[in-house]
Amino acid sequence: MTIYSQIAANKTKTFVIIGLFVIFITTILYIYGNATGYGLSFVGLALIISGIMGFASFYYSDKVILGMSKARQIKKSDYPELYRIVENLCIGGGIPMPKVYIIQDSAPNAFATGRDPKHAVICATTGIMEKLNKIELEGVIAHELSHIRNFDIRLMAIVVVLVGLVALLADFFMRSLWYGGGRRDSRQGSNSAQGIFLLIGIILAILSPIIATLIQLAVSRKREFLADASGVLLTRYPEGLASALEKIGKDKEPLEVANNATAHLYIANPFKGKISGSWFANLFNTHPPIEERIRILRSM
Amino acid sequence: MNISIIIAISVVTIVILYIWSIYNRLATGKVHIKEAFSGIDVQLKRRVDLIPNLVESVKGYIKHEREVLEKVTDARTSLMRATTPHEKAQSDNMLSGALKSLFAVSENYPDLKASQNFLELQKELSDIEAKVAYARQFYNSNVRDYNATLANFPSGSIGRSFGFKEEEFFEAGEGERAPVKVSF
Repeated sequence: MTIYSQIAANKTKTFVIIGLFVIFITTILYIYGNATGYGLSFVGLALIISGIMGFASFYYSDKVILGMSKARQIKKSDYPELYRIVENLCIGGGIPMPKVYIIQDSAPNAFATGRDPKHAVICATTGIMEKLNKIELEGVIAHELSHIRNFDIRLMAIVVVLVGLVALLADFFMRSLWYGGGRRDSRQGSNSAQGIFLLIGIILAILSPIIATLIQLAVSRKREFLADASGVLLTRYPEGLASALEKIGKDKEPLEVANNATAHLYIANPFKGKISGSWFANLFNTHPPIEERIRILRSM
Repeated sequence: MNISIIIAISVVTIVILYIWSIYNRLATGKVHIKEAFSGIDVQLKRRVDLIPNLVESVKGYIKHEREVLEKVTDARTSLMRATTPHEKAQSDNMLSGALKSLFAVSENYPDLKASQNFLELQKELSDIEAKVAYARQFYNSNVRDYNATLANFPSGSIGRSFGFKEEEFFEAGEGERAPVKVSF
């Protein structure tokens, strides 16, 4: 698959995921609306807030993320080797040159962000440049560039917003139960039906943020595998990324500037320490187990 | 009667839509190939532009192996004259070979090796070589996709009837792949 057919397949998948999410959210809204007795005004308010949230995060997420991570932009003369690797791989992948940032931290990690290839940013820690050799670094950068090429960043940004929306709705709903009591009493007609909706609503308010997060994490793990594969397509050398992942996996130092909101962006889980065992624990990971990624890379 | 007309119309529509999509796929493929080729060209041009500087900086040091320098200039001239992908790939290969022997020869001149200017140029040229390789990979993957459409049935026959032809890969012929001889 070349970049073009990959992008096409990706857009379809994004479309399907967003569609499912919209159905999920509409169902939640319907139940909450009925349960609180606010009906559609509830939906309207939530949509306006989420719309603003979505727009803002779409345009400013990269700046916020870079600010949170204390990253700083570099010129070619600062780190010529890193810069050249990015340049070369961009030529190979047929995408415009992204901005290059670095984080002053000895933990080896890297991430990519930006809403499309024209506004992309690629960011590496100083640790990853010290600890990996050129071929390994090339594998890592190719993986990050594949995230950009596959529009993964946009996909994840949208998914994160939708997950946030679900959490926001659940929060709204629970609060409205506190403050909206008097209003419900004024509508005596459908009391029993409303009771059922109320019950379902409370259960959903508890479960839906978890479900939404699980969907987000599942999408995130799938994209990691895809980025590994298309990164290798770019460097034509699976062993480079495999041994880079091995080194990153063995390194026990956590990245200080990473937090829950940005963890899914990095090439490997920035928190470390946690050894993934059961499938249940894996459900809550942003990244597939590093051993599995290495195994797949080595079998290519 | 009515049903058969509807079936006939829908079959014709599907066929037309299929032909249309094949035409568009090939036309876009051609644009992508052109774009990818200009990506190679940019790097080749950078390389061609650097050669005079290199020759200038080396001239003063190298006393005996003048023919190595001549080879580099010759390869540069032929690269500038080349037009088709195949020709360009060939002369680019020649240039790479000539540069390799030049850098090998330069090992004999400690002064040259110590020259800052020469080291800069050497680094720059090896970077361009890597970039040409990546640009070539991108170009060839586009050509491969496009040629595959033309090789398949029925998309190939449809494409050919519209006058689409297979594109050349960017690669040197077998003869040029022979290892470069270095004379000391």
